[in-house]
Parts: sequence; structure tokens; C-alpha cells
Amino acid sequence: MKISSLFPLVAALVLLPVAHAADIVGIVTFKGTSPAEKEISPIMDDANCSAGYSKTPTTHFYIVGPKGELADVVISLKDVTGKSIGAAASPAVLDQKGCLYTPGIIAIQTGQKLVVKNSDNCVHNVHDKPTADGNHESNDVQMPGGADLTYTFAKPEPFLKFQCDVHPWMFAWVSVFDSPYFCVSDKDGKFVIKNVPPGKYTVEAAHRKLGSQTQEVEVKDSDVTVNFPAFEVK
Amino acid sequence: MTNNAPTNKTNPWLFRFAVLTAFVTFLLIGLGGLVTSHGAGMSVPDWPNTYGYNMFTFPISKWVGGIFYEHTHRLLASAVGLLTTVLTVWLWLKDPRKWMHWLGVAAFFGVVAQGILGGLRVTLHMDSLGVFHASIAQLFFILICAIALFTSRFWIELNAGSKNYFVSRGLRTLVLVTTLMIFVQLIIAATMRHQHAGLAIPDFPLAYGKVWPATNPDAVAGYNARRISVTEEAPVIAFQIQLQMAHRVVALAIFILVAACAWLSWRRLGGKDSLTKLAFFWLALIFVQIGLGAWTIWSNKAADVTTLHVMVGALSLVTGALWCLIGFGRLTLSLPDAKTFGVFGVQTSMMVNK
Repeated sequence: MKISSLFPLVAALVLLPVAHAADIVGIVTFKGTSPAEKEISPIMDDANCSAGYSKTPTTHFYIVGPKGELADVVISLKDVTGKSIGAAASPAVLDQKGCLYTPGIIAIQTGQKLVVKNSDNCVHNVHDKPTADGNHESNDVQMPGGADLTYTFAKPEPFLKFQCDVHPWMFAWVSVFDSPYFCVSDKDGKFVIKNVPPGKYTVEAAHRKLGSQTQEVEVKDSDVTVNFPAFEVK
Repeated sequence: MTNNAPTNKTNPWLFRFAVLTAFVTFLLIGLGGLVTSHGAGMSVPDWPNTYGYNMFTFPISKWVGGIFYEHTHRLLASAVGLLTTVLTVWLWLKDPRKWMHWLGVAAFFGVVAQGILGGLRVTLHMDSLGVFHASIAQLFFILICAIALFTSRFWIELNAGSKNYFVSRGLRTLVLVTTLMIFVQLIIAATMRHQHAGLAIPDFPLAYGKVWPATNPDAVAGYNARRISVTEEAPVIAFQIQLQMAHRVVALAIFILVAACAWLSWRRLGGKDSLTKLAFFWLALIFVQIGLGAWTIWSNKAADVTTLHVMVGALSLVTGALWCLIGFGRLTLSLPDAKTFGVFGVQTSMMVNK
């Protein structure tokens, strides 16, 4: 048999799992009245921090759309480990802008680079506070215009905290997964976990304030929609 | 302790210097309180340098945000270190009492250890070390105040026996137990503060609207969902709620005990006795402290109010400790006919030469 005649067979075998992979999609919502956000008034007392604001920014724990669409919910496949391709993934970016972390909620893989930028005209200290064994706490200075800082985490951990102690209202929460199967809901509450191999999974939706909930799904060869019950403050 | 190398001479400038050291130490505790209240403990990532500068050459223009609190805390700590060193040397050279030499040495090593502990809390990223740092600060404050007391004319005269009079064993024990309870309370408080969980219970005198709050997982999840804080603290856990409840219960117990101390002092020593006056001052401090505790919660843990709460807590502890030192420095003999005592005066029938 010629090598050229083997090529389609090999290609088919390689592409077979990809062809069967599907997306898990859905919308997460919030029911009821969310607690009132608070003005971050100290930010306006700092000349460097307040420069870009025409009015006092507020906390943003609950980003809820007009129909209850809930943003910043971390969706993932629970108990899927050892599948990380973080080392080869593009770096995720966390920026410090206007003395706030952007985005406030982000998710990465184990081994994936997280690049922290300082777009402000003032010093920040980037202080990550992991709690999982194997992830290491650090506290680094980042001067205005200073070089980007890069972090990686070896172990999965939900809502790993990044903070700035110079400006104690600055926080970001980084969820670390040992697989590429996760996402964060957008401002419309929509989420998509891409290219999930066929199988039965527990999908978890976790909100920083509202806790988490799970749904069981089976992925075959087409997209699966997951309907989580609306989150609410109990 | 007081019988070793007794002296009738006082050194007023040494006493004044010890008082100055105690006062600056008290300010340092306040500034340390501000560091924690502002969540600024890690705002200077390096130690003993500050952002790569020698601590004493760090430009004032860079004292911004949380850096201001942490850096000035370090500078004031250096001042306390310097004052303590001078005090130690002064005691060693000029105080005739040998045990005072070693008390000075203890203060010196105490301030050095405290400085290193503060530095390690930063470089090792250990919040738990902050609890020890805060607790040892209280003990160091007591030590410096004790040195000030021992170098005072009041103590020298007390030690010489000219102004000694009876304090019952029961009263002294009660004050000692109360003082120890205040120290336990301060450890509870330091543990609460260094968990950086914000207000574990946001209301007072009730707790989440109840006399005793629920701490089951669903209830705690609900509390966390409603907590909106600018300085986004970690989610509260049941242990932290129980810890704050313990803080409240112990506060009530301390209030009752200090009131009992004041009442018993008044009954047994008379209204004009210095220990009775000190006991009522102590009771007034506890009143203020309870008010500040409530205000801390009602102000949503405003940094200045919370720090005042820390400072009055330190004063309450040291007041009890000084009462104990004076009380235990007096005679332990039972004098059943004792009825009245002068402020510092001598009642001849009760004078006992040591």
C-alpha cells in the first residue's frame, strides 16, 4: 500500500474526535433584586486613580441585564482534570486600569500564562493569594509603565484572589481549571464551552457571591444547551 | 522582684523617657491598627527595604495609598526600636536594681523580635503571623509601661514601704483574671482582623437580626450574597461569625468583671485609694471600648473608628496590668481591721516595712 493512500485514513482517525466534539451553551440568569452596589469613593480621593472617571465608579458584584441575564458566572466541567493544554494556550490578560482590575472575573488553565498589565500612571502591587497546595503566593511591585508581570498556577482553584494593597479596593478573581473546558458568562448571561468531547458531564456554574449550582449533561455530536435555574439571593 | 537591690532614689528623667517610650509605643499600636484597618499590610512588598529603597530614604512623594500607612508604621517602629535601645542602655547604666537591667534587656529583645516578626509577616506572606505581631505588641506595651511604672517615684515609694497598705488576695486575683481575659479578648480580636474577612456580622446588638445567628451553610451563603463591600473581603465563614459572637460574649464578661473590680476596690480600699481610682478609670475605658465596638460595626468598620477600638483595647489591657503590678506590689498580709486608706498617704497601723 502506498503511503499516499494511507493519508486519508490517518487523517480521518486524527480528526474523528474533533468531528464529534460539540459546544455546551446556555444563558445564566438572576431572579429577584440584587443587593445594591456601593460607590468606590476612595478612588476619587487619589489623583492618579480618579483621572479617568467623571463620576464615582461602583462595585460590580452583580452585573444583571434587563431580563435577569447574569454576567461573570464561571461555567466549567466539574471533575475534569489532567486535560490542561494551558502551556500551549494563548496568555490571558488582566489589566489594571483606572485603579481597577479588568476583567474582575477571569478563568485560565493550569500552566497557562496570566499576564498582568499596569495601564495606570501609578504604582500597584500585584498580590495573588492562592489557597490550593502547589500554587504559590507572590507580591510584586509594578511601576507605572513597568514591564508586564506573568503568573502561572499549577493546581486548579476556584476564585483565586488578586489584589492591590496600595489601593485596597482593587480585586480580581481568577478561576484556574485543569482542562480547557470552561468559560465566563458575558453581559447577556451567555456562555459557550467549546469543543467538548462526547460523554456525560457535570456542568457547574459558579458566581463569586451567589455560590454554585450544577447540571448533568450528555454531549454527543451536536451542541448541548444547559438550563441552569436562575440564581437568587437566599 | 521588688526586694532585689531596693533603692530610695528616683531618676525623674529616666522615668520621663520611659513614659515617652510607652507613649510612642501606644501610637505605634494605633498606626499598626490603621495598617490592618486599611488592608495595607502588604502594600510594601519588600522588607527591610521599601520598594528597593533604604527605608529611611524612601521619597515622601511615594507615600501614597496603603504605602503611607505601612511605611510610616515601619518608620515609627524604628523610632520605638531606637527609644527602647536607649532605655535599655540607660537602665543598665543608671538603675541600681539588677532586675531592671534585665527587664530593659527583655524590652530590647522584645522590640527586635517584634520588628523581625513584622518583616516576616510581609516577606513570608503569612496573615497568621499578623495575629502574633498584634498580640506581642500588646505584651511589649505592657512591658514598657511596667518599666515606666518601676522607674516612677510612686513605685519607689511603694517599694520602700512608706506607702504600702493591704490589698486582699481575692481582689488582686479578680483583677488578674480580668486582665488575662482582656488579653484573650485582644487575641480573638487580632484573629478576627487578620483574617481580613471584614465584618463577619454587620449588625449590633443583634446578629443578622437574631440574638444568635444561624451558621449553617445555607445561612452563611445568604450572608455572603448580601455582603457588598468596597474592599471586597474574602467570603465570611461560620467560624468567623462564631468568633465575633465570642468577642461579644467575652466583652460582656469583661464589662461585668471590671465593674466588679471597681466596686470591690471601692468597698475594700476606699474611694480615695489610687487603685480604686485606677479601677474606675478602667471601667470608664471599658464603657468607651464597648461604645467603640458598636460604632465599629455601625460604621461598617470605618478605619479610624476600628483603630480607636484597637487603641482603647490596648489601654484597657495595660490598665489592668498596671493595677495588678501595683496590687501585687502591695502587701499580701491580711489586715481585717482595714477600713480606710489615703490616696498615697500612710495609715500608720498598716505600714509594713518590707
